[in-house]
Amino acid sequence: MRYIEPHAHMVSRVMDDYTKMTLAGCAAVCEPAFWAGFDRSSADGFHDYFCQLTEHEPKRAAKFGLPHFSWLCINPKESEDVKLAEDVIALIPKFLDRPNVLGIGEIGLNKNSRNELRVLEMHVDLAARHKQLILVHTPHLEDKLKGTRLILDVIKNHKSIHPGRVIIDHVEEHTVKLVLDAGMWAGMTLYPESKCSPPRAVDMLEVYGNERVWMNCACDWGVSDPLAVPKTALEMKKRGHTAEAIDKVIYQNPIKFLGQCPKFKIAER
Amino acid sequence: MTRQQVLDLYFMDARSKLIDLAAFLDRVDRADGNEDFRMTALRTTLKELTSASKEKAKQVLLTLSDPTIEPIAAATTKAACGAHPGAPT
Repeated sequence: MRYIEPHAHMVSRVMDDYTKMTLAGCAAVCEPAFWAGFDRSSADGFHDYFCQLTEHEPKRAAKFGLPHFSWLCINPKESEDVKLAEDVIALIPKFLDRPNVLGIGEIGLNKNSRNELRVLEMHVDLAARHKQLILVHTPHLEDKLKGTRLILDVIKNHKSIHPGRVIIDHVEEHTVKLVLDAGMWAGMTLYPESKCSPPRAVDMLEVYGNERVWMNCACDWGVSDPLAVPKTALEMKKRGHTAEAIDKVIYQNPIKFLGQCPKFKIAER
Repeated sequence: MTRQQVLDLYFMDARSKLIDLAAFLDRVDRADGNEDFRMTALRTTLKELTSASKEKAKQVLLTLSDPTIEPIAAATTKAACGAHPGAPT
């Protein structure tokens, strides 16, 4: 089995996780910028984080022969402070040319506030000006439906953004169709307690099809499983999905989306 | 998969989760104090489980979702709690 892990917060994980992922067939790992679990006090903290994502973490992954890619932004959990967000967004352009940066993400909304929405619009505008791919985080639990609708409206209203260059992550049964109908990609995040379980992810594949979808573990410092994607591949196998169908969802689809960025290149397995 | 195959693969897991849910409801009943909007919303979603809908998971998620459409004035917390105070009853 071969797979791409398109969304994992590896700075929060130990080397043992790289070992397990590589043994399970991981061919590349992609890391969006996210919330550290606490609010950073200044843009300088983000500067160091962006250096970690673009310099240090690729070296750590390379010890396992694993290509590492990243996405940059200020996470919606820290977007209530618009001045801080402006300062952080001003830092991003100088990092965009770095060899492992794929685009702007994971941007989006958390509590669906006005300031979060304003910062989302700033990020989308940044992506449009620099012709970047976009990876979007949708809110948690009761906030997801409303947030997904607001996010789709922002992106659809930005005429410079092609929907096929946007992935809306953390979809569930009540949001996946909204995303696919908008022409965007849908990411299913496999979490032990929230978001989506492996059986539910396979349900959505069976109901909504396997075009413009990927699966990711989004493992971070919380309760999460860096092997969630290969475990969901096993779930597909148990249901009788063919090896080709599994390969499409966990390997070919991520390559199709991520390959829209010329910097995403991996050795064929 | 046939319906029989689905049952063979998932019945025991569903049975286990159902008993966990029942035990949770018992635990809430045994405890002192009042319930809040989360339990009200959860009890509403239980009705979805016996409906004829072929989209029960989606309906449960919709029932637990914030039904409003306007952005809130400001985020005063980062956390979500799993149900919305204005969820249908």
